[in-house]
Amino acid sequence: MKKIIIIPAFNEEKNIGRVLTSVQEHCPGFDILVVNDGSADRTSEKAREFSQVRVIDLPINLGIGGAVQTGFLYSQRKGYGLAIQIDGDGQHRPDEVPKILAPIQRGEADVVIGSRFLEKASYRSGLFRKIGIKAFEIANRLLLGERITDSTSGFRAFNRKAIDVLSRNYPDDYPEPEALYILKKRGLRILEVPVLMETRSHGKSSISFLRSLYYMVKVFLAIFVLMLRKTE
Amino acid sequence: MKGARMENVQVFRIQILAIIGSVFLVLFIFELIRRRRLREEFSILWLGMGLIFLVVSLFRKLLDKFSYLVGIGYPPAALFLLLIVGLTVILIHFSVAISELKEANKKLAQELGLLKKEFEDK
Repeated sequence: MKKIIIIPAFNEEKNIGRVLTSVQEHCPGFDILVVNDGSADRTSEKAREFSQVRVIDLPINLGIGGAVQTGFLYSQRKGYGLAIQIDGDGQHRPDEVPKILAPIQRGEADVVIGSRFLEKASYRSGLFRKIGIKAFEIANRLLLGERITDSTSGFRAFNRKAIDVLSRNYPDDYPEPEALYILKKRGLRILEVPVLMETRSHGKSSISFLRSLYYMVKVFLAIFVLMLRKTE
Repeated sequence: MKGARMENVQVFRIQILAIIGSVFLVLFIFELIRRRRLREEFSILWLGMGLIFLVVSLFRKLLDKFSYLVGIGYPPAALFLLLIVGLTVILIHFSVAISELKEANKKLAQELGLLKKEFEDK
């Protein structure tokens, strides 16, 4: 079975080299795809320095959702049976990939999410973020019927079925929580496993208070509408 | 007496202005379509609004009747109501059109990226 690692990257020239080195070291047997989301810096050139790495350059900045979906489209058309999503900013640790990979390979789940919060590790975050994260967790339990503690995590593994669904339908901005509902609606099995993550080394997370508020409203609206809509 | 006549003159003036304004709007929209600057799809709402305003300014009694019908005590306020409803419909239409464009734009960009990759691999 062909396996692929999808790395969305927007202006990550400082991080992408380190991420790719680490991915190559820890994930043998995987093809690696960087989706450069219209970066203004040298992200594409840095990624192309690795001869084994495939790079797709989007002509404009689509946002994380559009970039990741491009990865799913590529995987779907090239016949990959398994895809791992890793952020291009170095937050996700390639040496943790086996943890999210195993349940898929054992056929226990169609989608696996790497969670920071499932085990009491020292992950510091601001108050608003904590509130938001808790709100998602409660919503997931009530609406999704699953115990998902880290909805916003972009460290995920997908099997063929999940790749098919998401290549056709993936949200544009802040896609992670909503994607779970799309998958669940299609009857796919979601599983969360604990993983370790790095705190960001370069650049700061772009989540300010107003953005978190927009994030929450947008995601909840999308989920609400999704539940009203019939499966097409 | 004099006050009443003054009022009539003012009403007449605004009626003439309203007629000129509505005719101008309708003609302007037609001209834009003729020069292919505006797609018919978008023009229909504007034309509809221009025509409604033309009819209302030609036959003022209609506005009074309409106000009475919906229960507005002050007929000119009905004009604002029509205007706001018309603009709201047009703006929602724009939002829908922009959403469609954005979706199409995303698909194009994704296909372009994927094609470029195919091309590089050859």
